[in-house]
Amino acid sequence: MSAPEILPPALPATDRAPLTKKALTADHPTWCPGCGDFAVLHCYYRALEKLNYPHEKIVTMAGIGCSSRFPYFVNTHGGHYIHGRSLPFSAGVSLGRDDLHVFVFGGDGDGFSIGGNHLDHVARKNPRLTYVIMDNFVYGLTKKQTSPTSPIGFKTKTDPTGAFDQPINPMRKLVDSGATFIARSHATQVNHMTEMIMRAAQHDGFSVIEILSECVEFYPGAFDTSVPRKGGTFGLIQEKKNDGTPEDATRHDTTDEVAAYRLASEPWPGLFGVFLDKKRPTKNQLEANLIAKARERTKGASDLQLLQSTFAKLR
Amino acid sequence: MVSPNPAENNGGTALPAAEARALNDVVIRLAGNSQDGIQTIGGFLARLAGRSDQDVMTYMTIPSTISGGPSIFQVRMGTGDILSSGDQADFLVAFYQHSYENHLSSLRPGGVLLYDADHVKPNPDDKRFTAVAAPITSGTVEAVGGSSKDKGKNLYVLGLIARVFNLDVAKLSGLIKERFGGKTEDIVRNAMLAFDAGYAWPADNLRDCFYRFNPPTRTSTRPQVTLDGNSAMTYGLIAAGVRYGSGYPITPWSSIMEMLRSELPKYGGLFVQAEDELGAVSYALGFSYSGHLAITGSSGPGLSLKMEALGWAVMSEMPLIVINVQRGGPSTGMPTNVEQSDLLQALYGSHGDAPRVVLAPRDVEDCFYIAIEAARIARAYSTPVIILTDQALSSRIEAFDEPDLAGLMVDPAPDLSARPADFKPYPLDRITRHAPPGSRVGSGVYPTVTGLEHDELGHPTGSPQLHTKMTAKRREKLKALAATLPAAEAFGDPEGDVLLVGWGSTFGPVREALNRIRNSGTKAAQLHLRHLNPLPPGLEDVFRRYRQIIVVEINDEGLYGYGQLATLLRARYANPAIRSLTKTDGLTYKVSEIVNGVTHLSARNGVPA
Repeated sequence: MSAPEILPPALPATDRAPLTKKALTADHPTWCPGCGDFAVLHCYYRALEKLNYPHEKIVTMAGIGCSSRFPYFVNTHGGHYIHGRSLPFSAGVSLGRDDLHVFVFGGDGDGFSIGGNHLDHVARKNPRLTYVIMDNFVYGLTKKQTSPTSPIGFKTKTDPTGAFDQPINPMRKLVDSGATFIARSHATQVNHMTEMIMRAAQHDGFSVIEILSECVEFYPGAFDTSVPRKGGTFGLIQEKKNDGTPEDATRHDTTDEVAAYRLASEPWPGLFGVFLDKKRPTKNQLEANLIAKARERTKGASDLQLLQSTFAKLR
Repeated sequence: MVSPNPAENNGGTALPAAEARALNDVVIRLAGNSQDGIQTIGGFLARLAGRSDQDVMTYMTIPSTISGGPSIFQVRMGTGDILSSGDQADFLVAFYQHSYENHLSSLRPGGVLLYDADHVKPNPDDKRFTAVAAPITSGTVEAVGGSSKDKGKNLYVLGLIARVFNLDVAKLSGLIKERFGGKTEDIVRNAMLAFDAGYAWPADNLRDCFYRFNPPTRTSTRPQVTLDGNSAMTYGLIAAGVRYGSGYPITPWSSIMEMLRSELPKYGGLFVQAEDELGAVSYALGFSYSGHLAITGSSGPGLSLKMEALGWAVMSEMPLIVINVQRGGPSTGMPTNVEQSDLLQALYGSHGDAPRVVLAPRDVEDCFYIAIEAARIARAYSTPVIILTDQALSSRIEAFDEPDLAGLMVDPAPDLSARPADFKPYPLDRITRHAPPGSRVGSGVYPTVTGLEHDELGHPTGSPQLHTKMTAKRREKLKALAATLPAAEAFGDPEGDVLLVGWGSTFGPVREALNRIRNSGTKAAQLHLRHLNPLPPGLEDVFRRYRQIIVVEINDEGLYGYGQLATLLRARYANPAIRSLTKTDGLTYKVSEIVNGVTHLSARNGVPA
C-alpha cells in the first residue's frame, strides 16, 4: 500500500482537451471579402491554440471600428466597449483579475486618435495585457475619412484634396509612451503575425503590436510596398542573439529604447518584428506589492475588524 | 442658543461656573483664513460633541484660491437633534478685520463677538452684540514662545471656547493628543500650551459670557462616531464589499478617491488614478466586468465626461457605482459651492434611452448607508447606480450611531461559479446576471458583453423587435426594483396644507423648517426621497393628502418655473399642487429661507401656511 496522500495530486497544466480553432470560432466575420483583418483573426486562433490557456480565462476586448468587431468572431469571454476607451477598460480587467489573459483589438482611429491619450497612459502604467492595433490608414466603418496614420496626400471624404496633417508614427509614439513590448507585423505574413502575437502574449507587461492590415474597400494597395508578391519588401528586424559573433554587433538590441526609436524612423515601409522587449515592473505587480505591504501592517485582521477599528477611532 | 438677552453687567466679576447660563445648543462661527487651522478646532468641537452624547452639524467654506484665503468653519452643537448648521451664529470668533467685516452680519443680535484684539478694530458704536476683545495672537505667541510665531492661535481660541462653554477639558486634551500624537512631542506640547493659555485667560475679561449645555437627551446605547460625508461614503463602500475603483482628481470628490486609494489595499483591493474621467469610468467598468463591483466618481464636469461610458454600462447591463459630489454648475461653475443641479443629468445624461438608478443620501449618516444600498442594487439588478451627494455633505461633519458593522459587511468575492449550458448574458425573461471571465459556461459558448443592441446571447442585432424588447428589458428591471422599495412615507401631519418634498442634503434644514411651520399651526409634513430613479411606490397617495406640495431644491427654476425634481414629479404625477422652491446662490438652505418661501408660495396660492 502506498503512503496516504497528504495533498490532492496537482492538476495537470490543463485537465481538458486542448483549445482548438473550432472551439474558438464564433460568428462569421462581417468584414469585406479580402480585408486584412481575416488573417489577423486566423493568427489569433492559431496563437491561442498554441498557448492553450484555459478557455474561460481568455478575454477578447475591443473598442469601436471595423477591426473592433473582433470579439464577436471569437468564442471567449469578451466585450465590445466604446470608441477609444477599450485600453483603460481592459487594464481594469487585468488589474482586477491577474489570472486572466487579456487581449485587446482595435484600429488606428480607435487607438491613435480618440484613444491616443489612453494608449500613452496605459502604456506607461504597464498592466499585463496585449494590444493589437490593426492599422489600415483610414476610417473604414464610417466609409473613408482621414485617420491619424493616413499619409499626406491621401484623398478621403474629409480631405478631398488630399490629407495634409502630419500622420503619427506609431512605433515612435509607442516607444515614447513607455510600452515595454512593441512589435510590428503585416496581415499578409501569417507566420510572422502568429509569432508576434505569441511573444506579446507571453510578455510580462503591456505588449502592443501594430499590424498593417489593408482596407481593400477604401485604401486598396496601401501596403503593397511591403508585400513581396507585389514587388515590395518585407524587411525583418534582426534581433541580437548575444552569440558573440561579429555580425551580432550590428543586430538590434530589443532592450534599447534609443535603438528602437531609430528603427522606427526608417523610411517607409520600415521594418517588421520586435522593436522593444524590456522588463519593467508591471502595474499588476506594483499594486500587489502595495496590497501585500498594507496587509502586513494590518496583521491578518479581517475586513470587519479593520473597518471596526477605523470607526473606533472616529468615536 | 437660549437666553438671547445678556444678563446685566455685574461689574466685571466673572460668574462662578454654577451660574453659567444653560443652553440647548449653540452655533459657533470661526472666521479666519484657511491656514489658521480653524477647520482643525472646528473638528475638535464636533468630535467632542459626538463623544459627549451631543448632536452636531458643521458647515464650512473653502476658499477657491490655490492656497489660503478667508474661510469659515461653523459648528452647531448641543442637546437634542441638530438638523441644520444654524441660520445665524450665536458666537462669532473673528481672527481678522476682514473676518469681522464679512461675518458680523451672520451673528444674531445679542450674540457674542469674540475678536482678536491684535488684528480687529470693531465699530465701537455697534451695541448689538456682546463684544469680547481677546489677545489671540499675542497671547499665543507669549504662551508658545520660540520661533512658532502665532502658530497655535486656533488652539488658544479653542481654550477660550472651552472656558466660555464649560467644555470637557479632559476630553478635548485627549482629542488634541490623538490628533497630534503621531507628530513630534513639541507639537503636542505647543498645542497644549496654547490651549491652556486660552483657557486660563482671565475670566473677568469674558464678562458674563459663561454657558453650559443642558444634559444630553440621547437614548441610544451605541457609541457615536463623528465624521464628514465623504468619509462616511468611503466607509459605506468598504462595508458594501466594494474593493476596486478608479477616479480622477476634482473638487469636492477627490477626498473619497484619496481615502479609497489608501484604504482599499488594506482590504486586498485597489484604486487607480486614471488619466482622465473617461479612463476612470472605463477602469471601473473593467473591474466590474472582471467580477468586482467597482466605484468611480467625480463632480459635475467629470460626470458629464463619464456619460458615454455610463450609457454602455446601461446597455451592457454592467453593475457600477458612480458617485457625483455635486457642485455649482454649469461648466467649471462654482467648484467649492453646493448645488443640486445634476439630477436630470444623472437620470438622462447619456444619449439614447438609458435608464439607470439614482440615489441621494439625506445626511452624513446616510452617506454610509446609501453606499450599501447602491451596491446592493447594482449587484441585484446588474445596473449602474449613481449616488448624488453634494459639496455641502462632502465636508459637513455630523455625529451618529456607530453602524453595526457585523450585520452590514458584504462579502466582496466575485461570483465565478460555472454557468449552466442554457446561460444567456441577456435573457429576456429575467434580470441579467453578469458572468465574469473565469467562469465556465456549460455550453462552451462564452458571452460577449456589448454596447451594440444585441440578442439574448449578446450577438449584435438590427432587429426592430429585439430593440423594442431589449429596451423594455432595461426599463422593466428598474420597475421591478421600484416595486421592492418601501412605500413613500411622510413625516408630520398625515394630511394638511403643505407637504415639503426634498432630496439630498436639504433633509435637515427642511425638517427644521417643517417643525417651525407646524409650531405656527399649519398642518404640514415632510417627504424626503432617497430613491430618485426609480421613485418609490405610494407617492400619489401621499401627495393626495396635502393641498400644496412644495419641492425644495438647490437648483434653478428653469424655463417653466420648476426645479429639477419638481419637473420630474409634475411629469410623473401630473399633480397641479406640485410647486417649486428653488435657489441658486451656491449655499445650503437656511431654515428661514424655507419657512419664508413656503409662506410666500402659500400666500400666492391661497393656502394657509
